[in-house]
Amino acid sequence: MARIGVFICHCGENISATVDCEKVAKVASEFPGVTVSVDYKYMCSDPGQNMVKEAILEHNLTGVVVSACSPRMHEPTFRNACAEAGLNPFLCEMANIREHCSWVHEKSDATTDKAIDIVRTLVEKVKRNEALAPIYVPITKTAVVIGGGVAGIQASLDIADAGHKVVLVEREPSIGGHMSQLSETFPTLDCSQCILTPRMVDVARHPNITLYTYAEIESVDGSIGNFNVKIRLKSKSLDEKLCTGCGACIQKCPVKKIPSEFEQGLGKRTAIYVPFPQAVPNKPVIDRVNCTYYIKGKCKVCEIVCPTKAIRFDQEDSFVEVQAGALLLATGFDVLKTNFFPEYGYGKYEDVIDGLAFERLASASGPTKGEIRRPSDGEIPKKIVFIACAGSRDPAKGIEYCSKICCMYTAKHAMLYKHKVHEGTPYIFYMDIRATGKMYEEFVRRAIEEDEVKYIRGRVSQVYEKNGKLIVRGVDTLLMGQAVEIEADMVVLATAGIASPGSEELAQKLHVSYDKHKFFSEAHPKLKPVETNTAGIFLAGACQSTKDIPETVAAASAAASKVAGLFSNDLLKRDPLIAVVKKCAPPLYSSCTGCFMCIPVCPYQAIDKEEIKDRSGNIIKTISHINPGLCQGCGTCVAFCKSKSIDILGYNHDQVCAEVEALLNEW
Amino acid sequence: METNNTNSFEPKVVAFVCNWCTYAGADLTGTSRIKYATNVKIIRFPCTGRIDFMLLMKAFANGADGIIISGCHPNDCHYTSGNFHARRRWMIFRNLLDFIGMDVNRIVFSWVSAAEGAKWAEVVNESVDQFRQLGPATAYQKLIKNSEFQEVE
Amino acid sequence: MQKKIGYYPGCSLEGSSREYSESVVTLANAFDVELVQVPDWNCCGATAAHNLNSILSFSLPARILAKAQEAEMDTIVVPCAACYNRLTMVQHELKKDDALRAEVNGIIEAELKCDIKILNIVQFIQMFVADFVASKQQFLFDKKVACYYGCLLVRPHDVLDFDRTEDPQSMDEVMKSLGANPIDWPFKTECCGAGMSVSRTDIVGRLSGRIVKEAADRGAEAIIVACPMCHSNLDMRRPALEKAMGEKLTIPVLYISQAIDMALGKSQKESGINRHFVPVNISLQNKVAAPQVVLEKTEEN
Repeated sequence: MARIGVFICHCGENISATVDCEKVAKVASEFPGVTVSVDYKYMCSDPGQNMVKEAILEHNLTGVVVSACSPRMHEPTFRNACAEAGLNPFLCEMANIREHCSWVHEKSDATTDKAIDIVRTLVEKVKRNEALAPIYVPITKTAVVIGGGVAGIQASLDIADAGHKVVLVEREPSIGGHMSQLSETFPTLDCSQCILTPRMVDVARHPNITLYTYAEIESVDGSIGNFNVKIRLKSKSLDEKLCTGCGACIQKCPVKKIPSEFEQGLGKRTAIYVPFPQAVPNKPVIDRVNCTYYIKGKCKVCEIVCPTKAIRFDQEDSFVEVQAGALLLATGFDVLKTNFFPEYGYGKYEDVIDGLAFERLASASGPTKGEIRRPSDGEIPKKIVFIACAGSRDPAKGIEYCSKICCMYTAKHAMLYKHKVHEGTPYIFYMDIRATGKMYEEFVRRAIEEDEVKYIRGRVSQVYEKNGKLIVRGVDTLLMGQAVEIEADMVVLATAGIASPGSEELAQKLHVSYDKHKFFSEAHPKLKPVETNTAGIFLAGACQSTKDIPETVAAASAAASKVAGLFSNDLLKRDPLIAVVKKCAPPLYSSCTGCFMCIPVCPYQAIDKEEIKDRSGNIIKTISHINPGLCQGCGTCVAFCKSKSIDILGYNHDQVCAEVEALLNEW
Repeated sequence: METNNTNSFEPKVVAFVCNWCTYAGADLTGTSRIKYATNVKIIRFPCTGRIDFMLLMKAFANGADGIIISGCHPNDCHYTSGNFHARRRWMIFRNLLDFIGMDVNRIVFSWVSAAEGAKWAEVVNESVDQFRQLGPATAYQKLIKNSEFQEVE
Repeated sequence: MQKKIGYYPGCSLEGSSREYSESVVTLANAFDVELVQVPDWNCCGATAAHNLNSILSFSLPARILAKAQEAEMDTIVVPCAACYNRLTMVQHELKKDDALRAEVNGIIEAELKCDIKILNIVQFIQMFVADFVASKQQFLFDKKVACYYGCLLVRPHDVLDFDRTEDPQSMDEVMKSLGANPIDWPFKTECCGAGMSVSRTDIVGRLSGRIVKEAADRGAEAIIVACPMCHSNLDMRRPALEKAMGEKLTIPVLYISQAIDMALGKSQKESGINRHFVPVNISLQNKVAAPQVVLEKTEEN
């Protein structure tokens, strides 16, 4: 038999000014199952809460309805009070007679009647409430970090320093990502490699970090706390344990003319190679597409010269499986290589390059040893035109979003050029200058004022080659739209930043949502910026949207702290208001018919199939099963279930039906 | 459309709302002290995606004259896609209602965000006006009676 | 078998550019296509109407479409790039805007369905000519040519959905199929000066002069166009162009239909080439005479 306590709050005069609280308490006391019904001036105050606690103890209440403000305001307060008095907190409900009644209606009998109806509804609900306990999920304290750019490096180090195991997976032969390609970084102009390579070495040396390079994610199963990640280790054609990284094989490799990916095609590499001298691990891989042995079946020069006999031509891809409690995506970005802009001649003229290629030209370790020389003939360009927003903010031809980093790196490029070629003239065509970071605007002003970079506000309509010059035709919108024509020696396009290739496939493997540009979506753009909608999977850096280095590192540390937070408990505690598949005694076991309509509608991939077996292991029935670690309690599956076999705790079918009846029957 | 000429009729309206947007929006209506008709009483759900549309039939069977369903705006769902499922289900359900002879104007489907306190008051007042015009909902009770009658025969 | 399709020549092709119409009709006949003029057609309003009166600029092309619809034409070919652009734009706007369509319907006293397929000259060639040209071709167009598309044929891309807006290729492909060697040049979609032709011939001289000079400098032996306005600016206004550029420019300007007519062996009169101001001194090699050698040469390019 239910023994419900009803506690009507006056909220000073906030409720009692329009609602006759004494009448509500009196009427409520006569509801079936209500043992005690009182009203009080401030129910949330200490004496008010004590009234509730004492009533629970005195009347051995089975449920409490606090009729006061919105549950969004004080539900935790009163549930805690109930718990302190020994009543399961989920047996306490709030009847919202302030925001939904006293504040929105004039003083009248109708208002009081409405308050009574609201209380009755919640009394009927609470009678059907069940005592619930929080869900605990065990956690494997290993994180898999996918992507070894600056975001992945930072996140791995942070998690590892917090004392947890990290498996870092990178698909290229070396970690470092795009940051290792950069020459100098804005706004401080410190050398990118100088600040990055020590961290790369830290990753390799850290006892808590296992590094897999030249590796990709094959599949992911499981859920928060307990993922099972299968990693494909692509064959390096090398026994890494034997290889000392002496580099003899690289020197002797006869295939020397392969455009280097790391150098953006401006430099060459061999078929057995390390991407760059500071690579981590500094051990080569064989590029089987270009290796003479794999093409023609003979050569093996590297095998002959290798002093430790580490070359393995017949090595196959292998797999490792890792148990992990959390995944962290840090797959980064790429720059748009496109024929979207045939009028800019990208891909047609050698001296029209993208920003990343310019980074290599300006880098001291680059193909020109840091001298700005144009790719076609190696001459030092007298005039360089930089075109910002080549593809960004252009829904007609490119992408509609702002790539965010180009304003700054273009200013930096112009500045670096001017520092290296004093007599040269850099021009920048721009739409707007977005320099919103710390010291960013000052940096751009410096480029304009000290380094005399010529900023032209306007778009470029065309770049074409004539008599060995690149003719850049554009418009200066600050000169009333006057046409501008510049005879340049080189053109650098700040092409848009886009999602890293393969992002979509990875997102599908991990069930992480992504936007139409294939960037991964955060769970909430403001309040959950490094979480995904899939519990236990976190985001860091430019895989989410293009970001500069400070932002990327901040995001990586934020994601790492989320992972460390998750790992700080042995068990994961979650709210129990989740969906469950109803079960019953044999021979039915469950009314679930196994139509599995619920599986595709679940936004969290929380539903899978469960086999009910007899003692000898024969399958009797296959029904849906809801993973309590993943379910967020939206209830979409409940409404979809044709056989009414799924219910959601706290909003179950009995409860809501009773609410509907209670609300209408006495009205 | 059913018509009614009695001006004194006050419809009974049940609002099924989601916890994250419209419930919070209605809270904001309260904190902003915007007044609306007392005819509407709210039942809270985690998400509009949870709303089993049989509950609407239950409400009509128990004497509701009108129903408001309101959740997060498209793309704002706390659970990503629950409101889309609710909308799709509503598109089908309204055809069914129409087919069995119920007036689809007795159900108002809207989006009210947690920031739209004033909009919630508008939705309520407009819906109540609309239901007032329609008069008491008796079609469903009649439908039930008819089917019972046939069963007896 | 004779195919029949609708034909909207527009004002220019009746007047200053009648040779364009002559060459299109000659071309169509050569491929067994009968061009049936839209009955009682009117001016499309061209660039003038939409600068002055928006609703007039919708109503004029709408009436043409209504007449074509009345005559049960499902496809019409519109060789003039400006007419093609206006007709397509108007049909697009009317299709998506119910209120506007109702208003225009009231003015032109018709009920537009907005489902007529409107072809420009290149699309017409692609649909009716390209597949059969090899069998009928008598001469190889073994010349370096500069295909010049102008502003209106490819823009706005969202509505016309034809070719690439920058560096379009469709005319180049047609010319390649005739054995020509289209040059890669930057001024394919530059403005020729258009209607300034009458009021400010000096501006046209500068704009069009630059185009013609660029084509000539890059070694083109002919400029291939698909718009009567472009043609008259590049051809008829040649003295003004030469004045602006300060040099003699002798490169001839051909409509793409004329180029095909030439390859088919049609006379200068049949294709209207005799009406040009800049003399067309192009002699083509007989296709049978030295086919192998020439073909290989073009493939290299």
